[in-house]
Amino acid sequence: MPDIFAILWAAAAAERRAEQPAGQGQASTRRRTGVRRRVFGTTAIVTTVVLFALWWAISHAGLVPPLFLPSPEAVATQAIRVAADGYVDATLAQHLLASLGRVFAALLAAVLTAVPAGLAIGLNPFARGILEPPIEFYRPIPPLAYLPLVVIWFGIGEISKVLLIYLAVFAPVALATAAGVRSVDRERINAARSLGASRGQVVRLVVLPGALPEILTGIRIGLGVGWSTLVAAELVAATRGLGFMVQSAAQFLATDVVVLGILVIAAVALVLDVLLRLIQRACVPWQGHR
Amino acid sequence: MAILSVENATVLFDAPDGGTVSALDRVSVRVEPGSFVVALGSSGCGKTTLLNLMAGFLAPTSGRVTHGDHPVLGPGAERGVVFQNDALLPWLNVIDNVAFGLRLRGMPRKERRERARAMLDLVGLAGFADHQVWQISGGMRQRVGLARALAADPEFLLMDEPLGALDAMTREQMQELLLDLWARTGKGIFLITHGIEEAVLLATRLVIMSPRPGRVTAELDLEFGREAAAETSARRVKSDAAFVSAREQVRDLVFANAQV
Ligand SMILES: Nc1ncnc2c1ncn2[C@@H]1O[C@H](COP(=O)(O)OP(=O)(O)OP(=O)(O)O)[C@@H](O)[C@H]1O
Ligand SMILES: [Mg+2]
Repeated sequence: MPDIFAILWAAAAAERRAEQPAGQGQASTRRRTGVRRRVFGTTAIVTTVVLFALWWAISHAGLVPPLFLPSPEAVATQAIRVAADGYVDATLAQHLLASLGRVFAALLAAVLTAVPAGLAIGLNPFARGILEPPIEFYRPIPPLAYLPLVVIWFGIGEISKVLLIYLAVFAPVALATAAGVRSVDRERINAARSLGASRGQVVRLVVLPGALPEILTGIRIGLGVGWSTLVAAELVAATRGLGFMVQSAAQFLATDVVVLGILVIAAVALVLDVLLRLIQRACVPWQGHR
Repeated sequence: MAILSVENATVLFDAPDGGTVSALDRVSVRVEPGSFVVALGSSGCGKTTLLNLMAGFLAPTSGRVTHGDHPVLGPGAERGVVFQNDALLPWLNVIDNVAFGLRLRGMPRKERRERARAMLDLVGLAGFADHQVWQISGGMRQRVGLARALAADPEFLLMDEPLGALDAMTREQMQELLLDLWARTGKGIFLITHGIEEAVLLATRLVIMSPRPGRVTAELDLEFGREAAAETSARRVKSDAAFVSAREQVRDLVFANAQV
């Protein structure tokens, strides 16, 4: 099975490398990068429009019954109805908030525990020996596979749902933090020590800021993984949430609501990723410079 | 004040081919308070390794490093270091980099910034306090590194090619600044350079090294630094007949090693 974390990680690293020349490259490189970016942007927009048009055309041609492929208009109408009147006892906003609440609770808990854990793994071989094996063991397991066990242990309450997402987020953040710690420039640590820094000061003032770019990348990856674990988590006797909405709509064969739910889930994922990139740019302006 | 001394130190590194590289072979160097020791030698002869021993970043494979009566077991604020590639912290701006050592000591923000500003003035970067470190040139970064070490006011200053990336004019100014600082504060200085003229100008004790294995091949006592500091004109001293002949003598020594 391809390892989603490894792929995302490599993609993020490649992207960071790709972003570097834009900041300091020569004018010609920058111009070429600009052209490439515009070609990419235009093509991406055209592709999106074409896909929507295809969807519209196929659903209107009557080739596929609406049960299998509802038209864009039907989905839009559902969007307005679900937003105003709700679906299975909750409006779209309430479903969305329930899902976001779970993901952010899990993310907060994961960051608060995974960053210290990653620091420990990166700094101390003893801590690494304790923490790394269990993380590496559970990380490749799809959350759906251990969901039943989580339910047996923690019941069907909110805790199980948040815990499932938490576990999915914890591993990438902890391992990214550890990688960030190991990548901190040795000379910078030496510089701080020869200025009289204690071990604690080195960790707080040199290692942590030095690892920040990778920590933020880890959080970005973690949030993506966490959001995609959502549907799995909301399989557990939820009464609210986007995953739950899609599930129950599928049971009633309300395909338009299913498609609506999927589109909202995708849109939220996109917004979160863009937000985190902005945060990354604001917090690590030195990224790409030496 | 105590002497910083490396005695009979050998440093072996693992080589990629599975053998060992002798980066330093039974090297002894003493840096006395108020002396200006300069290490001169071709690339790879172990100069940085020697500095790392004094700074406490590295322990010798055999031999001793002592500061006064104490063995050097790790880095400390009494031995300030200026790095070959500046080693500034990119998440701090220029002035906060310079003030970093003072912050570690718990000096209040206003006070340490004031001191850092004075140091920036000294190295000719008064206008760059609020710049980010990636917004200034390589030569400027070296001077920020120098200011950072000076601001912490160490007993010894260990400098790894601190003027390497400077243009000829700034370089001369910085040489005069170093001589002036050294003469006024009486700090012990250990400086690494590739410049023969720079070495002859600055050194009260010149250590010439050769590579594979890293060894000290010649040592000279010189006086031009004191002279230049007293006259505050490095240019004039450099054109003295005595200076020129000393420079040629050192050049011969360096090239004699290179032939072997
Ligand atoms: N960490 C290390 N591991 C293995 N070999 C090393 C290490 N550090 C230095 N060496 C080797 O030790 C020798 C001396 O290195 P050193 O950095 O002290 O040279 P240098 O005189 O400072 O050179 P330069 O003038 O180019 O800075 C070189 O042959 C180098 O390859
Ligand atoms: Mg060197």
